[in-house]
Amino acid sequence: MENENKIYDVAVVGAGVVGTAIAQELSKFSLESVLLEAKSDIGAGTSKANTAIWHTGFDAKTGSLEQRLLSRGYKLLLDYVPQFGIPHEKSGAVLIAWNEDQLNSLTGILEKAHNNGVADVHMLTVEEVYKLEPEVNSGALGGLMVPGEFIICPFSIPLSFATQAVLNDVKLLLNFPVTDIIEENDVYTLSGSGGTVKSKYVINAAGLNSDVIDRLLGFERFKVTPRRGELIVFDKLARNLVNHVLLPVPTSITKGVLVSPTVFGNIMLGPTAEDLDDKEATNTSTEGLEFLWKKGEGIISKLLDEEVTSTYAGLRAATEHSDYQIYSHPDKRYICVGGIRSTGLSSSLGIAEYILELLNEAGITPEKKTSLKSVKMPNIGQKEHRPYETEELIKENEDYGRVVCHCERVTLGEIKDALHSPVPAKTLEGLRRRTRSMQGRCQGFYCSADVNEIFESETKNKNVETSNE
Amino acid sequence: MNNFETDVLIVGAGPAGMAAALELLKLNVGKITIVDRDKEAGGLPHLTDHIGFGMRDIHRAYSGPSYANYYIKKIKNSTIQLLVETTVTGWDSNNKLNITTPSGLGTITAKAVLLTTGCRERPRTARLIPGSRPQGIYNTGALQDFVFEYKKLVGKKAVIIGAELVSYSAIHTLRKAGCKPILMTTEFEKHQITIPYLPFKWWSSNWFNKVPLEKNCKISNIYGKDKVEGIELTNDKTGNKKQIDCDTVILTGDWIPDHEMARLGTIEINEKTNGPLVDGQLRTSNEGVFAAGNLLRGAEPSDIAALEGRHVAKSISKYLEKNDWFQNRIKINVDEPIKWITPNAIELNSYNLPLNRFLFRVTDFMKNKTLKIKQGEELLYSKTFKLIIPNFSQELSGEWQNRIKGISPITITLE
Repeated sequence: MENENKIYDVAVVGAGVVGTAIAQELSKFSLESVLLEAKSDIGAGTSKANTAIWHTGFDAKTGSLEQRLLSRGYKLLLDYVPQFGIPHEKSGAVLIAWNEDQLNSLTGILEKAHNNGVADVHMLTVEEVYKLEPEVNSGALGGLMVPGEFIICPFSIPLSFATQAVLNDVKLLLNFPVTDIIEENDVYTLSGSGGTVKSKYVINAAGLNSDVIDRLLGFERFKVTPRRGELIVFDKLARNLVNHVLLPVPTSITKGVLVSPTVFGNIMLGPTAEDLDDKEATNTSTEGLEFLWKKGEGIISKLLDEEVTSTYAGLRAATEHSDYQIYSHPDKRYICVGGIRSTGLSSSLGIAEYILELLNEAGITPEKKTSLKSVKMPNIGQKEHRPYETEELIKENEDYGRVVCHCERVTLGEIKDALHSPVPAKTLEGLRRRTRSMQGRCQGFYCSADVNEIFESETKNKNVETSNE
Repeated sequence: MNNFETDVLIVGAGPAGMAAALELLKLNVGKITIVDRDKEAGGLPHLTDHIGFGMRDIHRAYSGPSYANYYIKKIKNSTIQLLVETTVTGWDSNNKLNITTPSGLGTITAKAVLLTTGCRERPRTARLIPGSRPQGIYNTGALQDFVFEYKKLVGKKAVIIGAELVSYSAIHTLRKAGCKPILMTTEFEKHQITIPYLPFKWWSSNWFNKVPLEKNCKISNIYGKDKVEGIELTNDKTGNKKQIDCDTVILTGDWIPDHEMARLGTIEINEKTNGPLVDGQLRTSNEGVFAAGNLLRGAEPSDIAALEGRHVAKSISKYLEKNDWFQNRIKINVDEPIKWITPNAIELNSYNLPLNRFLFRVTDFMKNKTLKIKQGEELLYSKTFKLIIPNFSQELSGEWQNRIKGISPITITLE
């Protein structure tokens, strides 16, 4: 149990991509920080189910906070991603115009991109579109190329942030929903079913619940309306059909869906956009899936001949405002980081850096630690060699030569690693996200019983170890 | 690196692969290697702990595991090289495959390759069943693995989606796990069981505890946050919706061949079966590569797969001996209501077939329909079927093949 009398310097509420990025930034300084997460795993809310694209911010509203932090976050990730082994591919994105309306909007988008400092965006002729994407339907009228867009592993990012934070002494408390906040003598007491934590400063990065936390601290300025996005993921055998992220051309009347390769080697189709009231409504719907099917047929009908590997839905933390809802209250020792809609992954490091600036402005100027611990993330992307294809690794430990999940070629060694890492998988879901086991085309037909057995026996071993300590 | 050469490499140690290996041994073809990615050989029967295996290939009634063990024992007592925990990861060239094993990476070079990688049931996601993603949704394969291999309990109240052979097998497994099968559903007007499997159906769902069957419906939603709490069924005819409380959903049937290795080897896939395009000798489009068993089209009973394994062994032996491959093949095209036919290609003047018949399936119950086989405008054969059942393969003899002239494609219709 957490020592209830300890007073942290900073408490970050929410361990999604934004909260973990902030926690990692804080861990570089001599501060006592705690990261509180309502769910049983980090990155288990909005961050786990998105389109997995690392955006340049070419189409963000020029001059907005979102655009500024997105632009900064994009650049910071360029250093971060290779350093920590985050699976990524610089696929570039292509916007294909299918009608006159879309074709006409491309010029405006190009201009905006250049204004946003994304200078390499350029127009494509019809011929160029088909040269880049020979398998898309006929009928394209032109396109726009955004070379700087990446595809990335959406879960490795918050996992890496959380891991580096924990290695550098940020306390991570899972299953810790914050339902009550009391301020007394310049110290906040945050409590809920997971226990109680005291902290001088509070940073609200609670994503879908950032409005609730903001209200607990006495503010009434935005409401989070979960925007559901349903997605269909196609079989890896479809990977060769698409080379770039195929972004929809936004026009005044419609917002389309994208078709994108994933770093795991699948093709993704989505998302839908549907405003809901329920912050837990991550179910897919008949209408949503039918809508995507129709949209996919309109872009690349060959894709629909391939098998579907997975379908899922994520919730974006949209508010009534178009921009991020970041507010600093030095007098109340509180920073609100709300309304990070769908660009959180790309801007996360930009946001974290900005939060540090806000803390500095508020008079918190901690010393930078002289040395930091770090570990690389396991590679679950298809571009670099995975353990099953790495001779040296198998020679070191034969469990890397034991394939447990055949569709995704996940080895016993990787599963064990994920169960014993600094931020280990505590549930089968967490294990799926960390290793990709059971995420492949058979969805556990072959391996789910085996993975379950390994999970149970390994975590039991671990419990024994803990009780011996 | 574990690099070695062999005469015949068989990928997949299920009934088709093991039966083929034993037959090849009899035919004296040289070195035979059979690899399997699992810890044990045996394939799916290994997990199907009820009686009814081996009737047609070894003429005895075995349970799934004892049937698998019958073959495994014979292989282990022979000169056949059996490698388990060996994952074939891709093709280095047409006759050289890459492997991953606990002792490292490697390649196997073979004069002939036989793919017997089997099939699986489409998962919930591939069926585009909407709803939440709670625990408690299984395919029959995973269910049997949990129950038989690991003695795990699943839930207390299960709905079985499907009413074909495997669905009744799932009922049996659920009972063993102490989970009550409360309902079966089918999108058709009736269950899809016929002779000789009717007693198995009666035994599973009529004699002891009756399991009601909801007909003409599809599963249209799954509810539940952490665990399944219920499902919604939609009647195809009336559009009526119905909620059923349950904590377990078993998705049965809807088979798809595990064709990854075939596709990675750029072997031509038949768009109807989703398995490799094969002729009567079970040759794929790539020289020296054969395919047999449920990789060809999805699940047939294990003994059928084993008999196909024996059949392909003869083709492989002939190929190794004479080293000749087909020159021209005629593709057999089928249209709805025929779902697929296998074999689906014919080489002129080479008309032997696995078990002396083609197999085909239809999309729905069919009564008094006439099957016509045409080459161009030329009618080669016609036959009227009184009743054809979906999800159950119908046999078609190959006597008409010797009326084929030239290499223009063959079309089979059912009207």
